[in-house]
Amino acid sequence: MTERILIAGFGGQGVLFAGKFLTVMGMLQGKQVSWLPSYGPEMRGGTANCSVVIGDEPVSSPIVYEPDILLAMNLPSLDKYENAVAENGWIFVNSSLVDRQIRRTNVRDVYVPATRLATENEMEGLANMILAGAMLAGWAACDEPLIQETLKHLVSDKHPELFDRNLQALRLGSRFRGFPPQAG
Amino acid sequence: MAEKVLMKGNEALAEAAIRAGCRHYFGYPITPQTEITAYMARRLPKCGGTFLQAESEIGAINMVYGAAAAGRRAMTSSSSPGISLKSEGLSYLAGADLPALVVNVQRGGPGLGGIQPSQSDYFQATRAPGHGDFHMIVLAPASVQEMAELTTKGFHLADKYRMTCMILADGTVGQMMEPVELPVHTDEEPDRPWAVTGTRMNRPHHIINSLYLSPEKLEEMNFARYARYDTIREKEPLWEEFHMEDAEICLVAFGIAARVAKAAIQQARSEGIRAGLIRPITLWPFPEKALMRAAEQCLAFLSVELNMGQMIDDIRLATDCRRTVSLLRHAGGVIPTPAEVLERIRQIAGGAQT
Amino acid sequence: MIVFERPNALTDRDTHYCPGCTHGIIHRLVAEVIDELEIEGQTVGVAPVGCAVMAYDYFACDMVEAAHGRAPAVATGIKRANPDNVVFTYQGDGDLASIGTAETVHAAARGENITVIFVNNAIYGMTGGQMAPTSLPGQITETSPYGRSPAVCGYPLRICEMLATLDGPEYLARVSVHSVRAVRRAKKAVRRAFENQLTGRGFSLVEFLSSCPTNWGMTPQEALTWVESTMIPYYPLGVYKDRSVREAEEE
Repeated sequence: MTERILIAGFGGQGVLFAGKFLTVMGMLQGKQVSWLPSYGPEMRGGTANCSVVIGDEPVSSPIVYEPDILLAMNLPSLDKYENAVAENGWIFVNSSLVDRQIRRTNVRDVYVPATRLATENEMEGLANMILAGAMLAGWAACDEPLIQETLKHLVSDKHPELFDRNLQALRLGSRFRGFPPQAG
Repeated sequence: MAEKVLMKGNEALAEAAIRAGCRHYFGYPITPQTEITAYMARRLPKCGGTFLQAESEIGAINMVYGAAAAGRRAMTSSSSPGISLKSEGLSYLAGADLPALVVNVQRGGPGLGGIQPSQSDYFQATRAPGHGDFHMIVLAPASVQEMAELTTKGFHLADKYRMTCMILADGTVGQMMEPVELPVHTDEEPDRPWAVTGTRMNRPHHIINSLYLSPEKLEEMNFARYARYDTIREKEPLWEEFHMEDAEICLVAFGIAARVAKAAIQQARSEGIRAGLIRPITLWPFPEKALMRAAEQCLAFLSVELNMGQMIDDIRLATDCRRTVSLLRHAGGVIPTPAEVLERIRQIAGGAQT
Repeated sequence: MIVFERPNALTDRDTHYCPGCTHGIIHRLVAEVIDELEIEGQTVGVAPVGCAVMAYDYFACDMVEAAHGRAPAVATGIKRANPDNVVFTYQGDGDLASIGTAETVHAAARGENITVIFVNNAIYGMTGGQMAPTSLPGQITETSPYGRSPAVCGYPLRICEMLATLDGPEYLARVSVHSVRAVRRAKKAVRRAFENQLTGRGFSLVEFLSSCPTNWGMTPQEALTWVESTMIPYYPLGVYKDRSVREAEEE
């Protein structure tokens, strides 16, 4: 079983960090993982995306052309990648910045007002983790201890408050569970 | 087994270089290799090393030349346009028989080109890195793990044969993160009795030089160098074989292209097509014997390259043109999809059956 | 009693320099200073591309031959690798002031703790008398056969004056060897440039106005006269930067 995940949004929305979070989590689960960012000038204030592959077999190609899961942090990202999503795949939409429904009928969709929730809950800059939380809510073998262990890998000991804030953002997002419990 | 850490290819390469005892890095920023430069800037001063951002790629490679002449494990890194600037220095390193590690995290060209992954410097690396008769050992990593391992190996080979070793990576392998088991630290520095460290008034002076005005002497130096190259051709080729045991169609690809090829081969196999892969890990020396063996077994070859068709020449040479070699090429930063490679495999399989 | 002999820091080899060329005097001054400071065993020299390309055969210390213009970068690599070594470059005007300008300026800007011996004879000697970045306006060379025209090729570079605008260098001096008096003064500058390195004070450059009778088409004597009458007015001798003097004045 291999999951190909594409996370896309504006530069500065934490797209790469959210991807890294999922990658580290996969690694800690003993899965084969890869993370590949877009890079260069396109990152400076433009769109950013990253490909994450998590599976049981060695990752043959780290480039995600046909994601099983798309996290669309803004409208241009949904416009660009909606049609690439695999049949029966999932699209998690940051509905605060996307004013439309998805057009595909053969994929499943979840809408999370991530940016608004971040603002309302004094979690500026954590819309990425709120959306990731929604995705992870139904992810098999993903439990609270694993999430905490993953965050410990990613957040410096010098900033314990960041650990708490990221954890809260993930929990907030998990209310928008999309996957059926057995998925992932 | 050491713990695996999640790292970018560029950073794993830099860390491996430090662990291999490299304490002298000279570089200049250029995408998509800049993480190497930045990593060295952070780490080297903290482990007693020298990091210097040079005024140019030309400055950087000549600083490497100086540090290597002084008997130190030294390196530089760049991306395609920067390697062109280093080409003068690569020739001088070869002419003076100095060991050094040079990294090229390739991007598309020619000219300023683009910044997306490419393999279009294959000819430059394997054929003509600079003026004069010479080669570099060229290693092509296909994973973050290999970015680290081949760096260790590269320093070792550079010292063993007193020549430049190039890591020919690409933007994908440089930028991606994968779990990596980092090599152990070594302080082992080979004896470099030829280095210029001062005579201490107890030996004749050493001269590091590539100038020989006598044609006979210069020819002799070239022959001696090529005798070493023969040893390298014999002993050092490295490659990986994937599903080659019963393969009828042999894909040949290196670096990131080989990973895409593997995905396609797995799908082809599930359709009953007997495809396999030879992945050259050393591009120079090219794994000629492995290719020749494959030519005896397989009906057709397919070269998958992120350039307009460069390695395909080496495949034809290594197989003595015994089989048809097709080419699947992309340039400018475009990477083929596994589906596209699979389609070509199907076409070849269809042709092979008729 | 021996009153004059070959410095230890020079090998016992005949040089390939033309009769009347002042490279020989400059080599000797550098070697004498190395002897006097007793640093031959720790010194590494970097030879250029140009007339002094084979300086590696003449200096008895360890030597490295650099690509054209790259000597300051090569010296940087050597010095950073082994800071205990005394590292000097020996470069001509084409090497230092044309193809290697970037390497020169940035080594100076970094205050790289090396010694640079710059031999300015206003012409490309080794390739047979072409225009140098330091050829004077009106000077006839193989590639400026009607005289160097500022309208076409611009003006000569004054390296000491240019580098003196930087904060990096410790010591910049222009000297000449056209007379016994000038030779004596020049040696003091060379000694200073090496002492600065030994005390860790940083980038020191001594520019020599040198003669090239062969390519100037003059006798050795005429060439020395031309240095005095024509080069020195354009390239005035003197110390262009000396941080230690400025520090002493500030105290």
